[in-house]
Amino acid sequence: MRLPAFEWQVAVRFLREGRFQTVLIVVGVAAGVAVIAYISALVSGLQANTLSKTLGSQPHVTIRAPEEVVTPALELPPGEQSLTDTQPRAQPLRSVANWQSVQRLLDPRPGIAVVSPLVSGAGLALRAEAIQGVNLSGVELDRYDRLAGLRDKVVAGTARLDPGDAIVGLALAHDLGLRPGDRFTIRTGAVSDTARATALVDFGARELNRRTVILPLRAAQNLLGLPGGVTSLDIGLDDVWSAPEVATSLRRQLPYRIESWQDTNAQLLSALNAQSISTVVIRLVVAAVVVLGIASVLVVSVVQKRREIGILRAMGATRGQVLRVFLIQGGLVGAIGSVLGLLLALAMIFLFTRFVHASDGGPLFPIDLSWATAMRVGLLALVCGVLAALAPARSAARLDPAQAIRL
Amino acid sequence: MSEALLELRGLRKSYNVGLPNEAEVLHGLDLRLAAGEFVALVGPSGSGKSTLLNIVGLLERMTAGSYRLQGEDVGALDDQALTLLRRRALGFVFQFHHLLPAFSALENVTLPALMAEGRIRRERLQQARDLLAAVGLAQAMDKRPSQLSGGMQQRVAIARALVLQPPLVLADEPTGNLDTASSDEVFRELRRIHAEHGTAFVVVTHDPRLAARCDRLVELVDGRIARDQAVRPPAPPGGGASPPD
Repeated sequence: MRLPAFEWQVAVRFLREGRFQTVLIVVGVAAGVAVIAYISALVSGLQANTLSKTLGSQPHVTIRAPEEVVTPALELPPGEQSLTDTQPRAQPLRSVANWQSVQRLLDPRPGIAVVSPLVSGAGLALRAEAIQGVNLSGVELDRYDRLAGLRDKVVAGTARLDPGDAIVGLALAHDLGLRPGDRFTIRTGAVSDTARATALVDFGARELNRRTVILPLRAAQNLLGLPGGVTSLDIGLDDVWSAPEVATSLRRQLPYRIESWQDTNAQLLSALNAQSISTVVIRLVVAAVVVLGIASVLVVSVVQKRREIGILRAMGATRGQVLRVFLIQGGLVGAIGSVLGLLLALAMIFLFTRFVHASDGGPLFPIDLSWATAMRVGLLALVCGVLAALAPARSAARLDPAQAIRL
Repeated sequence: MSEALLELRGLRKSYNVGLPNEAEVLHGLDLRLAAGEFVALVGPSGSGKSTLLNIVGLLERMTAGSYRLQGEDVGALDDQALTLLRRRALGFVFQFHHLLPAFSALENVTLPALMAEGRIRRERLQQARDLLAAVGLAQAMDKRPSQLSGGMQQRVAIARALVLQPPLVLADEPTGNLDTASSDEVFRELRRIHAEHGTAFVVVTHDPRLAARCDRLVELVDGRIARDQAVRPPAPPGGGASPPD
C-alpha cells in the first residue's frame, strides 16, 4: 500500500496551522495518558506489594488429606430427608497419602516453582515458668525458604534446621525470653522434646510471630504423632493468578483436598478486585474525556477549515482523502499526546518513589511502568484519537464543495 | 465536426426540489464547447452564472438534462468518479484566490499533483516551478500566500489550476478582487497560457473590458442563454481595424 503522502502533509500542516488549539489538545491528551499510565503503575505496584506481603508466607495451592466424613448407611433418594441427627466426626491430623510420590510428580510440572511438605499441628512451648500455645510447623528448610522466603525474614541468628534446631517467631521468643542459641521445651499430648532456637523471624504479623515454631520435618512428625507423614503439601507458583486453574487441574488428578489461595483469602481477593474495577472505571472515564476533547477540537477545526476543505475537493481531493486527513490528525494528536503523557507519568512515578516513604524510611512500595503497560496506554491513546476524529472527519468528507467554497 | 470538449443539453437546475420554495435557476441550457476555446460567461447577478460554472466544474449536480465532459456522461457518475474526472479534466481559478494558507506558493501549486499521484515527481516539481516562473513568481515560490499581494496570489492560483495540464480551466471572476493593473496582468497570463498550451477557458466576469478580450461571449439572463457569439475574430497580424459590432 502506498503511504498517503497527501493526507499526511495536509494533516500535519492543518495541525501546525491551528497552533494554539493543537497545543491545548495535545496537552489534554498527555494529561489523560499520564493519569492512566500512573494509576495503572500505581495499582499494579500496590497489588503486587499487597500480594507479596499477604501471600509471601502463604502457599498458593495446598494439598491436604480429605476430611473425615460420616458415610450414611442408606443413600437417600433425592427429595427425601432423614430425621436422624448425625454427630460430625472429629478431624484428627492425617497424612497426605504417598506424599513423596505426589511431590516427585509435581516438582517438574511447569508453572510450579516449589513443592514444600509441611507437618503442622498444635503444641506448647515451655521455658522456665512461661508456657505458650504454639503452632508447630515441620518443614524442609530449603523448600520452605523458597516458598515463604523465610531466610529474608530472619532478624536474629542464622536459619538452620539440623536435628534439634528450631526457628522461632519474634514475639514468641520475647515471651519465652529466648535468644538464638537458647534451648526450650516443646510438648504435644504425651510427647515432649527440647529444641535450640537458631533464628528469630519476623513474619510481619503479630499473631504469626507469637505462635510460630518451625522444626525439622522429622522432629515435628515425632511430636505430632505422624511418623513419615505430612499434613499438607504447599505449592508455590510462578504466577500467583494461575492458582485456581492449577488447583482445578490437580483436583481432577488427585484424590485430595486441594485449595488455592483465592479459596482461603476471599476478602483479600475481593479487595484486589474492587481495586482493579476502580482502576478500569477511572481509565474509561479519562479515556472518554480524552476522546471528547479531541473530537471537540476537530469539530471546531472542520468548521474553521470548511473553505479549505472545499478548495481541496475542487482541486480533486476525494471524500476518502478528506476523511483520512482528519483521521490522521486525530491519530497524530493521540500519538504525540501519548508520548508526552508517558514521559509525564515516568516523572510522576519518579517523584512518588523519591518522596513518598514508608514509616521505616524506605520506599513505600516499588512502582514502575512496564513496557507492556506503556505500549498498551500509548496504543489506547492512538485508537482514542482516531475514534474521536471519526465523526468530524465524516462531516468534513460530506461537505458540499460548492457551498463550502462560496462561504 | 470535432469531438466536443463539453456538451450540455437541456440542462436544468432547481434548488430545494420537492419543497414549497423550490426554485429553478437554469431553465434548459444547450451549450457546446470545443477544445481550446476561450469563452467569457457574462450576465447580471443572479442569472445563474456561478451555478452553471459549478455544474460544469462537477461541484454541483444538475437536476435534469444531459452533460458530457470529454465524452463521459456526467449524470451517470458517482461522487468518486466525479472527483477523478474533475482531477483529470478541470482546473479552477476562483475570485478569491483560495490558496491554502499553511502551504508555500510552490506547495500550493504541487498539491493537486500530490493528491492525484500520491507523490510529487521531479518533472511535476519542475513543471510547477516553470509555471510559477512563467507567471512572474520565480522569486516568491517559498513564500506563504499571506506574504504575497492579491495579484500574485491569483497568479499562484492560476499556476495551481494548470499543474495537471487540464484541457479546461474554469475561472470565476478571476480578477474580480484586483485593481485594474493587476487584473490586466492576470488576464494577460490567461491569454498567454491559452495561446501556448491550447487550454480551453471559461471565464465568468462582470468586466465588459475583459469580456471583450475573449474569443466567444455567452450571456446568461434569468437562467437562459440570451446571447452566444464570437467577439473577436482572429485579427490579421499587423493590426487591422477591429470589425464593426
